[in-house]
Amino acid sequence: MAFPMAVERWLDVARMDELARQGTPVHRIDARAQTVTTLLFIGVVMSFARDELSALMPFFIYPVALMSAGRIPAASLLRKLAVAMPFAVAVGLLNPVFDTRPALALGPLHVSSGWLSFLSIMLRCLLTVSAALLLVACTGMQRLCEGLVRLGVPRVFAVQLLFLYRYLFLLADEGRRMTRGIELRSPGVRGVRFRVYVSLIGHLLLRAMARAERIYHAMQARGFDGRIRLQFTSPLRLADPLFVGGWTLFFAVARVWNLAEALGALLMKGVG
Amino acid sequence: MHMADALVSPVVGGTMWLAACGLIGHSVRRIEASAKDHLVPLMGVLGAFVFTAQMINFTIPGTGSSGHLGGGLLLAALLGPHAALLVIASVLTVQALFFADGGLLALGCNIVNLGFFPAYVAYPWVYRVIVRGRYEAMRGSVAALAASVLGLQLGALSVVLQTQASGIAELPFGAFAALMLPIHLAIGVVEGCVTAAVVAFVARARPEVLPVADAEPVRSLRPVLAALLIAAALTGGLLSGWASSLPDGLEWAIARLSGTEEVSALRGTWHARLSAVQERTAVMPDYAFRQTPLSARPDGSDGASAESTTARADAPSALPLGTSVAGVVGGAVTLLVISWLGFVFRKWPRAV
Repeated sequence: MAFPMAVERWLDVARMDELARQGTPVHRIDARAQTVTTLLFIGVVMSFARDELSALMPFFIYPVALMSAGRIPAASLLRKLAVAMPFAVAVGLLNPVFDTRPALALGPLHVSSGWLSFLSIMLRCLLTVSAALLLVACTGMQRLCEGLVRLGVPRVFAVQLLFLYRYLFLLADEGRRMTRGIELRSPGVRGVRFRVYVSLIGHLLLRAMARAERIYHAMQARGFDGRIRLQFTSPLRLADPLFVGGWTLFFAVARVWNLAEALGALLMKGVG
Repeated sequence: MHMADALVSPVVGGTMWLAACGLIGHSVRRIEASAKDHLVPLMGVLGAFVFTAQMINFTIPGTGSSGHLGGGLLLAALLGPHAALLVIASVLTVQALFFADGGLLALGCNIVNLGFFPAYVAYPWVYRVIVRGRYEAMRGSVAALAASVLGLQLGALSVVLQTQASGIAELPFGAFAALMLPIHLAIGVVEGCVTAAVVAFVARARPEVLPVADAEPVRSLRPVLAALLIAAALTGGLLSGWASSLPDGLEWAIARLSGTEEVSALRGTWHARLSAVQERTAVMPDYAFRQTPLSARPDGSDGASAESTTARADAPSALPLGTSVAGVVGGAVTLLVISWLGFVFRKWPRAV
């Protein structure tokens, strides 16, 4: 039964919501600006050659800066990262097996280019996943969806995201109550049998559909005519274009020049 | 089988994003045209339902493993393909944002793999063809099983193709496909059984909520889909051929397996161009070269080309020692400085 872990994950989602409600300067940046910057960051990080390592290091400034300025605890992000890594690790781990060309020499130690690209995959995974998680942790679902609509995402889709998010917790609670009921009534039995599972899921589905019907009636009673209206409050401030522009400049510089290598060369010159 | 950000190149990811945007746009137009208001809350709640259902597992007898609902085909059977695609896309978006399943760059890939194939291929061309009109238990079960297997197989194949086109993972095409497809055949059978059983359950309990499978003509949809598929394949193939570091994943895998090592020629133009810019503008273009032995330059050219990654792959005996040490030292120092900054920055606002 994977349920205890799933509950952990739920609590984490609720925690993300809490984090997103803070009032730090990062949280005051417009959701559009943050979305654009995040996408740009991921695109730039992934555009490096596949065995690049040192040039990726300066990019850690972005998540670290958001984390510290936005007061996002590293522990909860790392826990999510641990969940996210397995597929990339599994596929990437085969790189050293298939690619054994030596690519880097540190004294007597020769590192194959497969290991380099594997490490590079891990770095990219860390960077891109933390950027995506930080986007939500610094904006929250409501503001993020508002931003998406203003960036041109269809209303129907944004409203779908909001609805999904709003009922996630209710249905998860319902699912949790149901599985707890089963566990209590079948002591000594490990797992759920298929037949029981189907009726469990089926009832959950019927209840969900009945709930949707009630919601629809409630919406109609409040004058829902099929058109979705969203209200936007936050105007763009000067800080928003500055946020996008500043980070874009940094990404461009770090993409063109290998800052880490330059620093290393400078240090070695100083030593030698 | 969520595709991960770290395995997707920007070109493949971007192409799939475009395809996913096209799909979402198309399904939004179709939903708006259908004027079924009640779909708005229903889609939202069923998205939440899929999440919840995925948290509950059942044990597969005799294997010790467990299975759960995938949801794509079930949604299509309950809502029709357009609403199903939208719900799947929203579920994947929330998973990418909150659970770090998949990722933002790979979101387009995931929407195509897990949304397009079940909702727009397996549902209209397999499920609806077999069910034909009113739901009937036996035929419905066969349809759900067949459509689930097909949808997952296509999705898994698509994961392999996208990984290959991105050229970040080294796995040969054949080996990866031989790994992914059988695994997803098993997953498809399990998911098909669950979907069949749940649809049958709903058909027994509340038959009126299941849509009549031929409610809308399939024919009008086909040209659109075919065009979309061809366009996606073409742009994907062309663009990734132009831009990824491996021009043709399949060719590369064959070369790899047959032992011909022509890796140096496979550096794509895009990365090469970017690294050329990098060299032209390098802060210290020759610092690495000074420490490289003279034999490192088989062609006798100047330092800039000896430093490039192409040369590194070309001449394994001539490792640019200086560059790599500078890279390692600089990388480590950068990381240290950044983490220190993060530490200081975190304490700082509280101290003021």
